[in-house]
Amino acid sequence: MKKQVKTALIWSFVIVMLFIMYVPILILIIYSFTDAKALGVWNGFSFELYKNLFTDSEIMGALGNSLILAAVSATLATVLGTAAAVGIYYMKRRKKSASEFVANITMENAEIVTGVAFMMFFLAVNIHYGWAALIIAHTIITVPYVILSVTPKLSQINPNLYEAGLDLGASPVGSMLKVVVPQLIPGMLSGFIMAFTLSLDDFIVSKFINGGVETIPIYLYNALAKRGADPTLRALSSVLFVAVLSVLIALNVVSAKRRKKAVV
Amino acid sequence: MTDEKTVKPNAPAQSGEVRREKKRKIRGVKRTAFAMPYLALSVIFVVVPLFIMLYYAFTDLDGGFTLDNFAHFFSRPNIMAVMGKSFLVALLTTVVCFLLAYPLALALSSTALNKKFILVMLFIMPMWINSLLRTYAMKIVLHILSVSNAWTAVTVGLVYDFFPFMLLPLYSALSGMDKSLIEASQDLGASPVKTLFKVKLPLSLPGIVSGVLMVFMPTVSTFAISDILGDTSTYLFGNVIDQWFRNSGGWHIGSAYSFILLALIAVTVVIANKLTKGKKEVGGVL
Repeated sequence: MKKQVKTALIWSFVIVMLFIMYVPILILIIYSFTDAKALGVWNGFSFELYKNLFTDSEIMGALGNSLILAAVSATLATVLGTAAAVGIYYMKRRKKSASEFVANITMENAEIVTGVAFMMFFLAVNIHYGWAALIIAHTIITVPYVILSVTPKLSQINPNLYEAGLDLGASPVGSMLKVVVPQLIPGMLSGFIMAFTLSLDDFIVSKFINGGVETIPIYLYNALAKRGADPTLRALSSVLFVAVLSVLIALNVVSAKRRKKAVV
Repeated sequence: MTDEKTVKPNAPAQSGEVRREKKRKIRGVKRTAFAMPYLALSVIFVVVPLFIMLYYAFTDLDGGFTLDNFAHFFSRPNIMAVMGKSFLVALLTTVVCFLLAYPLALALSSTALNKKFILVMLFIMPMWINSLLRTYAMKIVLHILSVSNAWTAVTVGLVYDFFPFMLLPLYSALSGMDKSLIEASQDLGASPVKTLFKVKLPLSLPGIVSGVLMVFMPTVSTFAISDILGDTSTYLFGNVIDQWFRNSGGWHIGSAYSFILLALIAVTVVIANKLTKGKKEVGGVL
């Protein structure tokens, strides 16, 4: 009996916390179906905001920019990060800790400091703010996360396979691509997803170097920091919430199914 | 190309020992060389920019050496007050996140919920949603609840935004814990409260430290959340740095301020590493 009470208490605590977590999101979605200008005012049901959203060329342009930037920088980060993970994994102690220190700088530094440092650097070396600066910056700040997801896979593979590839006549790069990389693919994939998401999410670093190229987070920040934000933002936010949550749920369902299959 | 030939099995006969030695050396060099592109780019795009920032911090507008940019910070009580407030807000956010997340992590890892992964996932998922969006959602709620105090609004928004980052490491630490230690404590007659303070808390210390870091560091330097939820009275240290960089005349002082922030972060990381030294981290961070 006592145990049941305890279980009930734990459940209710967890549910209350979940409720607090998701209610703001739900309220935002509810208010996206009314076209009132002011926050928290219900003006009757309408799809007006969604109509505005999908015909707003600025928002659609920002969405396109965000996706292109994330795809390009995550691809570059995955290539660089996988190679770096392999290299660092086989380094000797001294070199290894030096390399890990370098990789940790951008992860542990405040994003605003990383952002302003990039801003001053790009000016000094004459790289124009905009696409080039954004791609370089996003690639550099996401590589450490790819390294983090690839390294655990490296400890699972047989280190002799690379040597076997060399003994059988492959070049170091050939052996790496044909023997080692195929075994690292799961880690590379999760690294890519993480780099992609981080790039989509970033606005602190981007804000300082975007030079007029608008991404979704930059658009959001500019719109939100202004008083009396555009009501279309409610529709945009709702769409993004639902999109991110459905992708996450889909990914988790797929991996759960795969896990089940592996057990069977 | 010559390297390649020596490692081929049909390479010209050599004394076996020498050949193997040479082979290992070549391979050793080759494999670690894969890290070079990234490391070289890091030096160019991460280390060099920090030195440029250092240059700005120690020079004036005409390029002459000066310490005024740092003196600027220490001679202005109102800026020091902003720094102090940023720290207090970050500290408060971290403490509130911890007080909410620890019981939740205990609940989620308890046998009562049987480690239901789906529940954990639901709590962690918001982490992947842009913090600006979550801040906006919170803004609407605060508006409906008519919270008018700007500091309250900013703190509530920060707690809401960073909560999952505290929960995840705590949950990993608690669910990865050796259950037999807890049973041992109970068998030896410790009360549940005593077990919590003497066994669970110390064992989850690495999780606590990484949770604290993941909440404290971004909050202390944030500027966007205070921009959106607060007003001009809720300036945080991140806002001050942001302001200095809005026109190029402020880059020198802004750089000095950035270094002060960087130094504080470095001290925090070193302290955190000391605290967890020798203790193995249970579970990953992300």
